[in-house]
Amino acid sequence: MTDLETFRKETRAWLEANCPPEMREPVKSEDDGCWGGRNWVFKNPAQKQWLEVMAAKGWTVPDWPKEYGGGGLTAEETKVLRVEMAKLGCRVPLQSFGIWMLGPALLKFGTEEQKKHYLPQIARGEIRWCQGYSEPGSGSDLVSLQTFGEDKGDHWVVNGQKIWTSYADKADWIFCLVRTNKEDKYRGISFLLFDMTSPGVTTKPIKLISGASPFCETFFDNVKVPKHQIVGEVNRGWDVAKYLLGHEREMISGGGLGEGMASIGAAFKDVAAEEPVLRAQMALFDVETMVFRAHSERFMDEWKTGKAHPAYSNLMKYIGTELNKKRHELVMSAGGSDALEWESERSRKGARPRTWLRTKANSIEGGTSEVMLNVVAKRILEMPGA
Amino acid sequence: MGLYHSEDQVMLKDTVAPFLAENAPVKHLRSLRDANDQTGFARDLWKQFAEMGFTGILVPEAEGGLGLGHVEAGIVLEEIGRNLTPSPFLTTAVAAVEALKGAGAHLRGEWFPKILSGDAIIGLAIDEGAKHRPAATALVAERAGNGFKLSGKKQFVVHGHVADMLIVSARTAGAPGDEQGITLFAVPRDAAGVTTEADRLVDSQLAARVTLDGVEVTADAVIGDVDGGWASLTRLLDAGRIGAAAEMVGVGAGAMDMTFGYLKQRKQFGQLIGEFQALQHRAAHLYGEMEGARSIVLKAQHLLDDADPRAELFVAAAKAKSGFACNLAVREGVQMHGGIGMTDEYDIGLYMKRDRALAEFFGDTNFHADRVARMNGY
Repeated sequence: MTDLETFRKETRAWLEANCPPEMREPVKSEDDGCWGGRNWVFKNPAQKQWLEVMAAKGWTVPDWPKEYGGGGLTAEETKVLRVEMAKLGCRVPLQSFGIWMLGPALLKFGTEEQKKHYLPQIARGEIRWCQGYSEPGSGSDLVSLQTFGEDKGDHWVVNGQKIWTSYADKADWIFCLVRTNKEDKYRGISFLLFDMTSPGVTTKPIKLISGASPFCETFFDNVKVPKHQIVGEVNRGWDVAKYLLGHEREMISGGGLGEGMASIGAAFKDVAAEEPVLRAQMALFDVETMVFRAHSERFMDEWKTGKAHPAYSNLMKYIGTELNKKRHELVMSAGGSDALEWESERSRKGARPRTWLRTKANSIEGGTSEVMLNVVAKRILEMPGA
Repeated sequence: MGLYHSEDQVMLKDTVAPFLAENAPVKHLRSLRDANDQTGFARDLWKQFAEMGFTGILVPEAEGGLGLGHVEAGIVLEEIGRNLTPSPFLTTAVAAVEALKGAGAHLRGEWFPKILSGDAIIGLAIDEGAKHRPAATALVAERAGNGFKLSGKKQFVVHGHVADMLIVSARTAGAPGDEQGITLFAVPRDAAGVTTEADRLVDSQLAARVTLDGVEVTADAVIGDVDGGWASLTRLLDAGRIGAAAEMVGVGAGAMDMTFGYLKQRKQFGQLIGEFQALQHRAAHLYGEMEGARSIVLKAQHLLDDADPRAELFVAAAKAKSGFACNLAVREGVQMHGGIGMTDEYDIGLYMKRDRALAEFFGDTNFHADRVARMNGY
């Protein structure tokens, strides 16, 4: 048996022994996930236990180095772990912007001190992070951002406003893009970390078409940020931001190996049997689901061995989010008038229509589909023009 | 093993790609067509394929072949697609070889050496109607003495008129539509009672309508089991389907690259048309579709090579997706080329024609999406 096969066997046995049954039930909504943080209230004891045993093994972040709270697994071992978790239906023990975004940026750009300080907290789910990128006047044109950090010697004083800050009202810390030089658009942004309880930080949830408020407006009024809380060099935060966006898009495509990728027709057999045109759409959608899963697998394998184009994650983000929107259009069609119910217990408080509406943001947040296509055309296909 | 080509596979590609670009580029297809060639491919090129070892890719090592898999066969097919090379490779060296792996020693001993040496052409006599529906086989094989007597009609038998042997699906039991009761036969094309009528197809290939009128074969002509030929037929079809899918990745990629090249050199309104965002977005979308097709084809090839039980499902998805993506590539290709895309002189139209024929070969996107639904239980 190869080392990898041994690892697979051991991993499977360990998961079977340690993953509580409640944590093997399918995730029904975004609420079922574990986000961690200072104020996190575990949904049940199983969620807490699952996080603790996984964190102890470093498997909340399996491919991070062990000294920073990770599992120290190779790319191949990480893939095996993910596949085995998917096979047993194990939930992800911890989801967080710290894992998906900040962590990879710190691993690449952080100082040794920063890595030792922040990464283990992320791995154990102790600090919940949010991302301060978009501003009211800076959406797709992110680099035009105005939030300003005035240099006061050993600290900056930050003033401005962010918008679409996911879960800002629940987060403990923020990684934030702040202008530190008004003369240079690209080389005038710094990547700062600060506590959301700092004086001068306020958040205001935004009610969305789904009725939920996952996003906030975030206001900074003379917020003091010590100089050591910068990632990378002063005025070079755009490099960090770009790297991190690449990771975000990579993670989105990584969803191709996980849940929500099962056959849609199999979930609505009765409807499919009665509605031939809908069945045909589901069949074509199932094909696309399988394609995306294979495409994600290929991309991840190529990414981890340095074979993928650096801008490829933009393509995966575009395809994955458009596909997810399509899935929920079909779920709504299959659900018919049942899927219109918004408040009843039977509808789990309108889980289907609310999720459907939530997915509309997929192709806007983290870079719109149109921006993704621009990037693919220019950087991968090398189309002419600015 | 990651989902990408291994070093050996990259080396194979580096051998195949220049070989075909040099010896069988699109103008090779044109010259055959314009000379009103009646074979449908160049026999000397087929001999070269044999000398390069390509015809033995799927033949087991013990029987003189290379003993490689569908990934390697797909590498050759992608380049065949990219160059629109007329070749019996897919039918003879891929689908027929896979079927023959389920045959007895005498058939293998007769045909593998001829395939390896580039001396045999094998036609696939499966379809009986305009649409691919293999279970609908109605051509009858009745027991006669120690053997069988075959009567019925087949169509879309590519290179059937010049084939040395035809693999014929026939009904020995049950009714058309049943998977049970089908038997596969190896029928020499020159057997008494076999007639072929070839026509040039839209993509300039030659395909035959074949009539079998009381054709007598011995029991040795059976490939696989009597009445249980569905297993051998599935093996043949899955190989043909994933092969056609790989070829379509090549056709689509060839059309796409040609089109992207055109966007970067054609000027209108004083600028390169590739600067227009309307075209950039369509180009990027097309690229994504082709990349998806490439991924599912590679995944299905891996599963087939691993004899994974999910392979059939993935092959169906791969044929469906490659058909969809390649079709988009050739349609966008003609449209983005504008007026010259409509001319016979320009190659993009040839890609459109080839896509159309390959889409039908071994079942189109609709057929395979339906199979995916059935295999998924609805």
